[in-house]
Parts: sequence; C-alpha cells; structure tokens
Amino acid sequence: MSKISRRRFLAGSLAGCAAVMAAPTSKALASGNLAGFPDGMGVLVDLTRCVGCRSCEAACNKEQKLPAPDQPFDDYSVFDQTFHHGTQKRRPTEKAYTVVNRYESKQSDKPVYRKIQCNHCNEPACLTSCFVGAYTKTKEGAVIYNSKVCVGCRNCMIACPFHVPAYSYSSATDPVVKKCIFCYDTRVKHGKPPACVEICPTQALVFGKRAELLKIARERIERHPGKYQDEIYGEKEVGGTSWLYLSGVPFEDVGFDTTLQKEPIINNVKDFLATVPMVLAIWPALFTGFHLLSTKGKSHGDEDQHAEQHEGGEQ
Amino acid sequence: MIRNTSWHIKGVLLLAGCLLLALPAFAMDVPESVEIDILADLYQGVEFDHQMHIDLAQDCSTCHHHTTGTGTVDLYCARCHNTFEEQATVACQDCHLADPFSAEAIQAKGETNLFHVDVYGLKGAYHRNCMGCHEKMDGPTGCQDCHARTEAGDAFYHSGKYAPPIATQADHEE
Repeated sequence: MSKISRRRFLAGSLAGCAAVMAAPTSKALASGNLAGFPDGMGVLVDLTRCVGCRSCEAACNKEQKLPAPDQPFDDYSVFDQTFHHGTQKRRPTEKAYTVVNRYESKQSDKPVYRKIQCNHCNEPACLTSCFVGAYTKTKEGAVIYNSKVCVGCRNCMIACPFHVPAYSYSSATDPVVKKCIFCYDTRVKHGKPPACVEICPTQALVFGKRAELLKIARERIERHPGKYQDEIYGEKEVGGTSWLYLSGVPFEDVGFDTTLQKEPIINNVKDFLATVPMVLAIWPALFTGFHLLSTKGKSHGDEDQHAEQHEGGEQ
Repeated sequence: MIRNTSWHIKGVLLLAGCLLLALPAFAMDVPESVEIDILADLYQGVEFDHQMHIDLAQDCSTCHHHTTGTGTVDLYCARCHNTFEEQATVACQDCHLADPFSAEAIQAKGETNLFHVDVYGLKGAYHRNCMGCHEKMDGPTGCQDCHARTEAGDAFYHSGKYAPPIATQADHEE
C-alpha cells in the first residue's frame, strides 16, 4: 500500500479535473462544416463570355482609387507579359486588385480570358492565418481587411491557395497587404454590385446570392450541353468560394489550380491545434505523477547536501 | 357586264389579299435608324442602322426574339413562346434591365415562379446579341467600331491623352 499524502492527493485530483475540463469536446474536435453565410453574395464568372476588354480592371482602378496603371487599360499587349522567366502571367498587385489574362487552349479556336481577383472564400485561409485578426468575412460574403491592424507579416500571402494577396513593397514605412475587397465599403454593403460586375459589357460577371448563382450556373451547363465544362470552379474548392467560374475549356488550361482540396485550409491544422490545450494541461500533471511515483521512498540528492552543509555549518 | 364585274371583284380581292399580307408591316412603326444611347457614358451613343440590319437579317426574330410576331428561332424558347403574336413592346430595354444587379432585381430573382432568371441586363444583351452575328458575318467587333469613346471614357481607360507616359509603359520585368 503506497502512502500518498493528503496534499499530493488533492493536488493530483485537481490537476486531473482541470485537464478533463480543458480538453475540448468532440464537437470542437470535429472539423467545422461551415456552409457560409446563407445570404452571402457572390459573382459567377462565365469565361465563355469574357472577351478580354479589361474594362473590369479599369473600373476597379477607379473605384478603389488605385494609382495610374503602367499601361492604358485598352492596351492588349499586356496579355503577352510574363514574369519569372516566362513561367508566370500577370497577377494581382498592390496597384491592380484584379487582372485579366489570356490563355490558349486546344479546345477553343479563340483565346480564353480569365479574370483573377480575390475569390472571397467561405472559410478564408488568409483570415485563419492572420494572428492579428486583420481579415473579416462579412455576412455579405466579402472578405475585407483592416490595413490599420495589419502588421505586414505576409502570412496570408503564404496561406492563400490562390496566391492573391499582394503587398505594397513600394512603401518603405507602412507596407500592408492589398487585395480585392469586393467593393464592400462603397457598394456591396449598400446592396450595389461591385464596379467590375457593373462595367462588364458582355455580362461575363453576374452578381447575386451565392446560392442562386450556383443554380444559375447549373442551369447554364444543363441548357447548353457541350458548351461548358461540367463543373463550377469554386463550388467546393477550399470549402467553397464566393466567386464561381464556368469555363468552356478544361480549367487547367486557363490557369486554375485543380489540385486544391475541397475542404477549408484550416482543416489541415484544426485537429492538431485542438489537442494543444489538452496536452498542456495533462502532460505536466501526468509526468509529475510518474516522477513522484517512480522516486517515491528513494532518498533525494538534496537531503544529503543539506546534511553536509549542516555539518559544515556546525563545525 | 358580268365578265367585267368578276374582273373587278378579282382585282379587289387581290388588292385586299396584298394588304392583308402587308398588315404586319403596318401594325408597327419600324424605324429606319435607332439612337441607342440609354447607357451612354464612357462611350457615345450608337447610331444604329436599323434598315440595313432588316435587309441583312430578313427575319425579325434574329434580334427581337419572338416579340415582333414572327416565329421563335430558339427551340428552347419555342416550348412556351410559340404563338405568333406581336408583343406590346419590341424595344430591348423594356425587358432587359438597364440595372440588372440592383437590390430589387436580385430580390426578384429569388422568386420561385420566375422562369427567366438568367436574363442578360441591357448592356449585356446589346453586346451578346450583336457581337455573335458580327463575328460570323465579319461585322464590327472592336469597342470603338460601334461607339466612339467620350472624354470620360478616355480618362477611365487611361488611354488617349490620359495614357501614362511611354517611359513607365516600357518599365516592366521581362
């Protein structure tokens, strides 16, 4: 029969209870199944309608008061621009929250154009990676950010699976992350469509409730068999995005990443992170318990030392 | 006398028949040219040569769907729109909204008994209806081929006299 002192018993019980309380319930451990805000807005981009006129870029530039572009917006030689030794086409920058690129596909005689901008995901990776909480997913669907809170760590740039957030490298004293905000402050919050959608002459962009857009997209695919790929890009990618795409050619041909997971990015770390509180609470108590049990009854080294000092002091 | 009467009757009947056939043309006021400028802002209005397009298209429903009383072209539409009735309105803007993404328009789309949900707005309808045929028939397809840009348009696109200086234009990574 091992004798445990009352103090030790109470301390052990308390530690055990604390560990059990701190352990997250199974509900929290399970990866969230967020379907997004039910009335969230979205935009359906129909790549068979886009003619590459770049009016959307011009409209964004004006609406968001961005600096003047390097080339006029009706200069189509920009479609030939490449970066990083020809491996990349244009991408959103601090001066251009949206860009249109041109792609060639074997399945189309005409070039295909794609508009790139923040996809305003349902469970944004940028938001979950930001440790200062600079990002907010609004109920209208827009993922906006507070540049005053941003510390410029650029974790969101790494986290975003679409490589959208841009950084104001040009500012030496106050660089922040910059991206499309769905014209939230000036338009969407007041029920108006974003500037790019409003200006599009061929109605390649349709603004509406995300749930409605999915229905419209499915109907378009059904009504024009053979015209569209049987897939809506953004329906499930990384948990669903607010900007949905329809294409006539395979999505890989138009620069989309079709290898993305269908779950939100945070699901990759949710399970691991959820065990941290439990570990921090249980392991110290557990290993202290092991240590005490294993050294019980044995003489501890410091007792002999004290005895020596005592003897030394007495002499 | 009887032979003369039958000739007259035949003549009158023939004339009446011709008039009946021409009735559709009298029923509506077919303009020769139309000024399309309801959305004019960055571009000037379009001087649309209606008569030329009538001669080219022959069939009104090519552009006006079924609203002019001629048959529908799209089999998908013909399931409902198969009566050869002229509609009260033929103009594009009476069905295609100038502001298709207003809060009211989006609200209306949510109503379940609305069939025409995926409808083009006015600007989209103009461009999609026209450009499809223009591409096939070698018509004008460039923006300024149909409507010249205004001053505001030049500023908007940072083009023309608002274009950035050539020095910055050349300044990009290869």
